[in-house]
Amino acid sequence: MSDIPDDLHYTRSHEWVRELQNGQVEVGITHHAQEALGDLVFVEVPQVARRVTAGEACAVVESVKAASDVYSPVSGRIIAGNNELAQRPELLNQDPYAAGWMFRVELDASAPGGALLTAAEYAQYLDEAD
Amino acid sequence: MGLKTPLYDTHVSQGAKIIDFGGWDLPLSFGSQLEEHHAVRRDAGMFDVSHMCIIDLKGARAREYLRYLLANDVAKLTFPGQALYSCMLLPAGGVIDDLIVYFMTESWFRLVVNAGTRHKDLAWLREHAAPFGVGVTERTDLAMLAVQGPHAIAKTVPLLSPARRATALAIARFSGAALDSWFVARTGYTGEDGFEIMLPAQDAASTWQALLRQGIKPAGLGARDTLRLEAGMNLYGNDMDQEHHPLESGLAWTVAFDPETREFIGRAAVERARRESGDVLVGLVLEERGVLRKSQPVSAAGEPSADAQRASPALGEVTSGTFSPTLNRAIALARVPRGTGPRVLVDIRGKPHTARVVKPPFVRNGKILIQI
Repeated sequence: MSDIPDDLHYTRSHEWVRELQNGQVEVGITHHAQEALGDLVFVEVPQVARRVTAGEACAVVESVKAASDVYSPVSGRIIAGNNELAQRPELLNQDPYAAGWMFRVELDASAPGGALLTAAEYAQYLDEAD
Repeated sequence: MGLKTPLYDTHVSQGAKIIDFGGWDLPLSFGSQLEEHHAVRRDAGMFDVSHMCIIDLKGARAREYLRYLLANDVAKLTFPGQALYSCMLLPAGGVIDDLIVYFMTESWFRLVVNAGTRHKDLAWLREHAAPFGVGVTERTDLAMLAVQGPHAIAKTVPLLSPARRATALAIARFSGAALDSWFVARTGYTGEDGFEIMLPAQDAASTWQALLRQGIKPAGLGARDTLRLEAGMNLYGNDMDQEHHPLESGLAWTVAFDPETREFIGRAAVERARRESGDVLVGLVLEERGVLRKSQPVSAAGEPSADAQRASPALGEVTSGTFSPTLNRAIALARVPRGTGPRVLVDIRGKPHTARVVKPPFVRNGKILIQI
């Protein structure tokens, strides 16, 4: 059973979004995503100051078996990347919603926030995909 | 729905993540692929390899037939149970398949070939068998388990009847013996010691459970691939195929050119290739972070100071790449022109990454064999 915290938002490409203060959000991949990928061995997070558009591939996670793109769920400017993941990619497997966060984005003022899924919607999406 | 081995239900009940592999539903892993990998390097792990195709060849001229059919020479097989690794070639030198042949008796040899190539292999074997009066029988009644790791043999032997245990412990590397209802061979695809066990399909599930009780960790195709690549062993379809002859696939050592009088299919083509300076298969160790993957382009590295980051036209490509759990960095096999090195650039998602050219294997018997 997948772990889907209620206080986060989600994408159909299995990223999660946590709202921080001042129009900033934190992004990572879901418990379901890390489980499907298997043991992660390489993570590349986006450069600080890079501009990203919702749906744009901006990070890479690689498990022993395959590489996958991670898409920014929102539009804005990267303000931090989790550099700890370079040395410890396994944090994505062990703690995907906390220590395994990947990057933080300062949202564009104009960014629409409506496309994200709630926890219940994401859970239903996973059920339907099974 | 794919083909299923006799252990499919057992795997599902043990929580295996199942994937399609050449039409077979097989376990990718039972949890953590990395833990499975380390279990094989440090202790003992087991794989269901029942998808592999076991073929018995019977007839008075079976040896003569195989001396013509295989690039390696079964004349090297001198005692029952002894095994030989060989390629089976097309007349033009391309590799139809790689296989292990076991000498059972003078009129009975056993082949183990890849699952994905079984139909073309069987067709090829049968096409050439008739003139030699050799019977070709696929042994779908047998399952096959690979128990691998430094403690694999010690943990497996107690499953045999007491009278057979000493014989099992005395099996030499790369040979086998018929024990109870099993054919046990000291072969594998991991670079570790261990057994490959061919046994009646109906006994597979109970034997798997008994091995589990011996403390042998179930492992899936994911770990099998990282283990074989660390061991510098080729995968058919990646590192060898019908488009490349054995010398371009790191398999010159498996082609028996002597005696010169032995005629075998593909000989003339491989001898021609031997006189040319073609491509070779080398090992790569990535010197930066990242993961090497099949089909990534490989180009020459420039002067380190001047243009190490500027890629020249591709010389070749990665044929198998992965993250090596033992080395904790990315490794690969790559096909490049002879003499390439000591460093190359590998294109990973459009960016050049420096890799060092090494001679495989990377790891054998739990030991790292290359400088990192």
